[in-house]
Parts: sequence; structure tokens; C-alpha cells
Amino acid sequence: MSGPLRAQLGAELRILSRNGEQLLLTIVIPVLVLVFFGITDVLPSSFDDHMDFLTPGVIALAIMSSSMVSLGIATGFERGYQVLKRLGATPLGRPRWLLAKILTVLVVEIVQVVVLVPIALGLDWKADDTSWVLALAAVVLGTFAFGGLGLLIAGRLRAEINLAAQNGLYIVLLLLGGMVIPFDELPGPLADVSPYLPSGALADVMRDTLVGTSTQASTSWIVLASWALAAPVLAALTFRWE
Amino acid sequence: MSGSIDNVVEVHDLTVRYGRGERAVTAVDGVSFGARAGQVTAVLGPNGAGKTSTIEVCEGLRRRTSGQVRVLGLDPGGSRRDRRALAHRTGLMLQEGGVYPSARPIDVVRQHCGIHGVADPNTPRTLIDLVGLTDRARTSWRRLSGGEKQRLSLALALVGTPDVVFLDEPTSGVDVNGRDTIRGIIRSLTERGCGVVLATHELDEAERIADRVVIFDKGKVLVEGTLDDVRKARQAVRLRTLRPLVLADVPSSISDWLVEVEPGHYTIEDAPQGLVAALAVWLSEHGIDVIELRAGLSSLEDVFKRLTGGAS
Repeated sequence: MSGPLRAQLGAELRILSRNGEQLLLTIVIPVLVLVFFGITDVLPSSFDDHMDFLTPGVIALAIMSSSMVSLGIATGFERGYQVLKRLGATPLGRPRWLLAKILTVLVVEIVQVVVLVPIALGLDWKADDTSWVLALAAVVLGTFAFGGLGLLIAGRLRAEINLAAQNGLYIVLLLLGGMVIPFDELPGPLADVSPYLPSGALADVMRDTLVGTSTQASTSWIVLASWALAAPVLAALTFRWE
Repeated sequence: MSGSIDNVVEVHDLTVRYGRGERAVTAVDGVSFGARAGQVTAVLGPNGAGKTSTIEVCEGLRRRTSGQVRVLGLDPGGSRRDRRALAHRTGLMLQEGGVYPSARPIDVVRQHCGIHGVADPNTPRTLIDLVGLTDRARTSWRRLSGGEKQRLSLALALVGTPDVVFLDEPTSGVDVNGRDTIRGIIRSLTERGCGVVLATHELDEAERIADRVVIFDKGKVLVEGTLDDVRKARQAVRLRTLRPLVLADVPSSISDWLVEVEPGHYTIEDAPQGLVAALAVWLSEHGIDVIELRAGLSSLEDVFKRLTGGAS
């Protein structure tokens, strides 16, 4: 890893670790959701084992929180406080800046998986039909889809409005996304739309790879891949550095 | 555009326009000036005069509408190679911000040192000490005072031993001690041959440290020159008398130099050696009541007010 990239990655991780709300969003909330619904088994899923429904959904939620909300909020404030402008005058360059951002999200995701999977296993998740390699591919696609969305929003809105928008979208997608609420429990039109949202597609693909059961696996893979392509491209085309 | 090697910054007929069509605003309108190595060039003008836009074009942070700009002989809006080379050789201080609120000074300086490839692990500490933030090195940016933030920004501008440094309002919000620190650092930069371009609306600050001044107003350069040239460009001697002088009675060795602004108010520009003394003697010998006789350089503020019609 080059010196400038290492310096930037170090700075990104240091800032992340000094922001308590980021920790709350990316680690504490997914853990609480997993533990609460893991113990209570009140979610109305049609799965025989409720952990088979819950675990992939919570991992999808965690991916969304780190790659969209956490990345998006931090980037929005960096725009607002002219951090991006200042870095633009250093030898860092935009490719290395972006790479540092991606690596930062990756580090957070590794921590999330390392925390969440053992908790799920502790709550009697069997993981007996899991394809870890495909699950990794799903995480990568989900990261690009949500990362693109986060930067798309952060690249245009003022920092405070961006903060509200990222959190608002997070709640909406959490409720609509098939992450903790099954698609068929949603009211009619929403049930039709939500499998095509990045959240619904990622949750479905995570279920396909982690427990071998899904609503529409091949369609969800295509939907997720499309978001993973379109969102970053749109973000790149519309992003304003200051 | 050919220029002397000494000119670290050359701006020629620069125009910067924002927006399009009827809503277009011309922030910089055909500006030309230069800045030299080892000197402080102060870009002066009221807020909105086009100083920041001009400097940001030089820093490579803003696109120009037309004109030519060379920094260290390279084009800050040009090829990737030029811009990369300039990023290594220039330092800068934005008018505000540039640091994440929860970041700590020592970490930010380390980050920038890493980005610039500064090998010496002691450099970040040295820079923090230099700008007087030793005791605040681990205090988050948002808890620093305005002056401390400015000093941290200055430390970042020094990373990588730049050949030219752009400072946008470096002393705004800085207390007296902080100003001394900043002036000392700017002086040591020019002593090692670095060119400093400093935008400010504080005239007394410019008067203290600038070698050359460029006065901006409404997107145009009104005057450019050494500080002394600009200050003595007019009214080196100012004379006001109770009753108007009868100029025919004044010896021609004096009256040839006198310019009557209005009856009873006279100025002398570029007065030769001994003229002021001769004038004082003549006035006293003839018992003329003098209200004011002042010799010397006019203050930058006087010059500035005259040029910009009172705006400051």
C-alpha cells in the first residue's frame, strides 16, 4: 500500500473510531436487532427456523448501514467542512481518496461480520446450507450498490440535509426492504416494489447464499448487480466536491 | 507567455465567471499580476473583489473562464502531470475549514505529511510546535479557537516544504500573539526563498509583511507594485494652510512642485531631497499659519480608499 493511501486510510479509520454515532449505527443497532428478534421470535416469517430468516436480513442491514449511511454521512460532512476541497490540493488524488473510502467500508464490514456471525451462531443459527464464497460476492455487490447511493446523496445535498436524508432512507429501506419484515407481509403495492429495491435484493441474495432459501434468487442477483452498477456511475456523474 | 524565472506566480488576463446566461457573474475580470520567489505578495481588496477566486485558480481548485496562469512555470488548470507536480510543490490555506471537526491537530498534520510522502517521523511534531499548538495537539478541531484553527491550517500549508504558498485571510480571527507567530513563519518562508501569496482585507496586516501589493476591486486590479511604490504613488507631502497661498509669491524652486488640490490644500509628489525642509523654512519666514504639514509615505489605507472610493 502506497504511503499516501496508507495515510488517508489511517485518517479515515481514526475519524470513524472517534465518532460514537457511527459505532451505534454500524455495530450496536444490527446487534440489537439480531439479539432481540433472535430471542423473541416475533417476526412473521414463513421460515421453519426464524434464525434462517433473521441472520441474512441483519447482515444485509449491516452492509447498508456501513456502505450507505456511514460512508454517506461522513462524506457529506467532509464536503461541507471543505475537507474534500483541501485534499484536492494535495498529491492524494481522487482515485486514492476513493480507494481509501472503499477500504474503510471494507474494514467496518469485516468487523460487522466478525461480531454478528458468532452471535447468530450463539442464538442457534445452524449455517448448514451456507455458501460463504457467494455470500462474499453478495456483500461486494451490496457494498457498491449502497456505497453508490450514499455518495449520490452526499455529493449533492448540504451536510445537515444529507444527514437527515441518509438516516431517513435507512429507516425506510429497513422497513420496506425484506430485511426484518418479509415481503409478503407488506401491503400490496409495496410488496411488489420492495424486492426491486437494493435492500430487498440484497436481503434476498443474502438468504440465497447463507441459508439456501430465497424469494426470487436469480432476479434478485440481477437487480442487485444493476444497482451496484448504476448507483456508483450516477454518483460519479453528479458528485460535487464542494 | 514568457516571464522571468523569479516569478513563481504569473497571472495574465485572467477571467472567472460563475453561472451562465443572464445570471452570470464575473468575479474576476481580466486580471494580471505576478508574485516573486522570496517575497510576500499581498492581494488586497474588499470582500467580493475577486481575491479568493483568483487564488483558487492559482491553487488549481477553480476553473478559469479565460486567461493564462503559471505557478512555478506550470499550469494549475492544465495536464495531470502539471497539477500533480504543483500539488507537491505548493502549500495552501483555505479561507475556512478543510479539517474534519472531530479530527485532532497532530493526526491531521500526520495525515498530510503521509500524503506528501514526508519521510521524517518527527516532522508532524515539529510543525505543531512551530505554529504554537503544542498544548492543543490532541484537542479536536471543533474545540479549537478561531486563531488555533488558522494556525493548524498554516501548519498544513507548510507540509512538504513548498516553493510557493497561498494563504487566504491567514490572520482573520487570530489574536495578537497568534499574528506574531504567523508573521514570523511567513518571514522564515521568504527567507528560504519561498514565494508567499497572501489574500487579505486587513490593510495594516499587509503593510507589516508585504513586499509587493496587488489591489483588487470589483474583479479588477487597480494597482500593482512594491509596497513603497504604491504608498508613495501619491501625496508624499501634504500641506494645509489657514489662508490660501499666493503661488506667485512662492519661489519657483518650491512652487514648481506644489500641486493645488483646492485653495489652502496642496500636495507634493516625489519630493526631491531637501524640498520639505526648504518649504518649512519658507513658511516660517513668511509667517504663514500652517494647519498641517506632513511628509512621508501615505498609508496603504489612504491609497486604498482613494482607489476604491472609500470601500474597505
